[in-house]
Amino acid sequence: MQILKTRAELDSYREAAMSALEAQKRKLLVCAGTGCVAGGSLKIYERLSELMKEKGLPYSVELQLEAHDETVGLKRCGCHGFCEMGPLVRVEPQGWLYTKVKIEDCEEIIDKTIIGGEFVERLAYRKNGQIYPRQEDVPFYKKQTRVVLEHCGHIDAESITEYIAVGGYSALEKALFDMTGDEIVAEIKASGLRGRGGAGFPAGIKWETVRKLQADQKYILCNGDEGDPGAFMDRSIMEGDPHRVIEGMLIAGVATGATEGYIYVRAEYPMAVNRLKNAINQAKEIGLLGKNILGSGFDFEIHINRGAGAFVCGEETALISSIEGERGFPRVRPPLTVERGLFGKPTVPNNVETYANVAQIINRGAAWFSSYGSPNNTGTKAFALTGNIENTGLIEVPMGTTLREIIYDIGGGCRGGAEFKAVQIGGPSGGCLTKEHLDLPLDFDSLKNVGAIIGSGGLVVMDEHTCMVEVARFFMNFTQNESCGKCVPCREGTKRMLEILERIVAGKGEESDIDTLSELADMIISTALCGLGKTAPNPVRSTLQYFRDEYVAHVNGVCPTGRCKSLIKITINPELCRGCSKCSRVCPVGAISGKIKEPFVIDQSKCIKCEACVNSCPFHAIKEG
Amino acid sequence: MSKQFDFTVVDKIIEQNGHNPRAIISILQEIQEHYHYIPREVFPRIAEKLGVSEAKAYSVATFYENFSLEPKGKYVIKVCDGTACHVRNSIPILERLRSELGLSASKKTTDDLNFTVETVSCLGACGLAPVITVNDVVHPAMTPDKASELIKTLREELELANT
Repeated sequence: MQILKTRAELDSYREAAMSALEAQKRKLLVCAGTGCVAGGSLKIYERLSELMKEKGLPYSVELQLEAHDETVGLKRCGCHGFCEMGPLVRVEPQGWLYTKVKIEDCEEIIDKTIIGGEFVERLAYRKNGQIYPRQEDVPFYKKQTRVVLEHCGHIDAESITEYIAVGGYSALEKALFDMTGDEIVAEIKASGLRGRGGAGFPAGIKWETVRKLQADQKYILCNGDEGDPGAFMDRSIMEGDPHRVIEGMLIAGVATGATEGYIYVRAEYPMAVNRLKNAINQAKEIGLLGKNILGSGFDFEIHINRGAGAFVCGEETALISSIEGERGFPRVRPPLTVERGLFGKPTVPNNVETYANVAQIINRGAAWFSSYGSPNNTGTKAFALTGNIENTGLIEVPMGTTLREIIYDIGGGCRGGAEFKAVQIGGPSGGCLTKEHLDLPLDFDSLKNVGAIIGSGGLVVMDEHTCMVEVARFFMNFTQNESCGKCVPCREGTKRMLEILERIVAGKGEESDIDTLSELADMIISTALCGLGKTAPNPVRSTLQYFRDEYVAHVNGVCPTGRCKSLIKITINPELCRGCSKCSRVCPVGAISGKIKEPFVIDQSKCIKCEACVNSCPFHAIKEG
Repeated sequence: MSKQFDFTVVDKIIEQNGHNPRAIISILQEIQEHYHYIPREVFPRIAEKLGVSEAKAYSVATFYENFSLEPKGKYVIKVCDGTACHVRNSIPILERLRSELGLSASKKTTDDLNFTVETVSCLGACGLAPVITVNDVVHPAMTPDKASELIKTLREELELANT
């Protein structure tokens, strides 16, 4: 690969890359995000490649500058977002989307679509009898606005040439040659970009503080320790468009005078680590990372650190400890990270999605960015939509989109037509939103008003069959496990809260437990050291606020959804029971007895609620409740 | 025991990380990648080579969830219990796996060192929930019955390998 030494060289490289990409009319874009890979998409990619070779079709797996228009581009790209329907294959120039593609379908795709230019109807997405050939028309995509995710699913995630061809690194160019550091900071401030990692602190203010500080070394820190269960926005960006994160960090470096960057990625994201490593190596080879970038005199290097499985490391001071080779303990602030961060030096701490917004703001301007969303909540937000929802996946919408639009228009409603009950937003640090919040605009400020947070952007949908007390216990169990143990309120307080919740779901709760829970929650929130502890009681607090009746019911011995096993009672309906003895034979503890051809009974003191009998009864006479 | 321990691999890993005490997490990760766990013998060596106390090395290794000081089974099965998998009923799968293999929350590896069953908080494959991984290969949309089937297949694989 050639080394780009000047701005002019980058420009002419881009021109060549653009015409190569334009010449490549026909493309098959195979989703290589974690979800589709788990569904076998890489095997599909290999099969497509094999078939094209067998059939003598000219194709290329990597964008070559000398490509000619007969070549079919076969690409592994980032997450398309519609994980529910994966593995996904997008066909260009038509913009068709093939869903749930299997190895056996590959030959038909090549024969019909690539050779014949025809649409393979059976692989299309269909809903209510309608067929949606084009990806952009699918209801899941129609309501979305993709800014941060614009390249995910559209370009080869492993090619810097392709990133440059679609305008990549032009914002870096602008930042290096056409703007001063102050102007970059001013642009980011004017855009209103707020941190996408949870707290929503304005990124421009962090940059400005670091810029103004005098120090021999400053750092750009990218937080990719996306630990919230049910959140995978940052992972998808790192996997699908790694150069965009690097470009954002580079611009932050130009703006603040930092020359070194660190990306801290969760250990559970091996593919993100590999794609980032690959992207960093490519950027180094071509001269966009290293010394004297494009002859500007600006130096920048990026290191990757892998996490080792500690949720608390998503907290920036704990993350810094971890990079420094310590246990991931948070520390008391002040001093602020911007003033004394990594290795005691001024540090810009932002998360992946925040950096991924930067290039667009520099290229298209603050006014363009703030045209999305509302004045104090500008731009778009990526969400991971999961749980009991029809269309699981990765979505991006303008800030202020309502929950109703997300759940019903994009998400397609609850699975199997069940009734919507609540959505957990912001993971274990967030709260739940209920039916009454369906028309609430999702942005930093309105969520704060109802006791929830956007957090990193995980949206877990729960339907009428979900027990909210059990959900609260689940989150408390998670944060309790992940509490680092440094401060007493979090270490001991979450433990006591968990014990109470376990007691309640086991049917051994008392009325007074509910008040103790609230009291403990208030105490932990006001006294814990770091963000993990301060937000750990949120799920309990918000479920208590909106579903207090469920807590009361549990204390009175009933789980309204029948989910809490200790509280259900399995009984045989004597009117339906024909006395066949099948149930008593499958019961592992011998709790069922009776006379043949007469109704059988369950001895409740022996029953372990394994439900084996429920499934075995040919007359549906055994019910739980 | 420590007399017989061959430190070649460990020394090489420390060397490649420039004897940098700040790189202790990467060093431990690389050691674990090689041995599939962190043998206790390595701590005095790490401490000596990096110029840190043995307690410090040990404290880092025990703080992070991913480090294991116990050997793991040939098949490491991870049951995702992230929120999305949890609400789609991942716990019955975990219970089934444990009962099939005679394991529990405290006993994670079978005595014959064939199977390890553990939970993981989110694999990020929420679209395929509930998922489990066997040596990092994802098995989507699991049920307790599919889990039993899987154990059966893995046992057959083991037998084949042994014959």
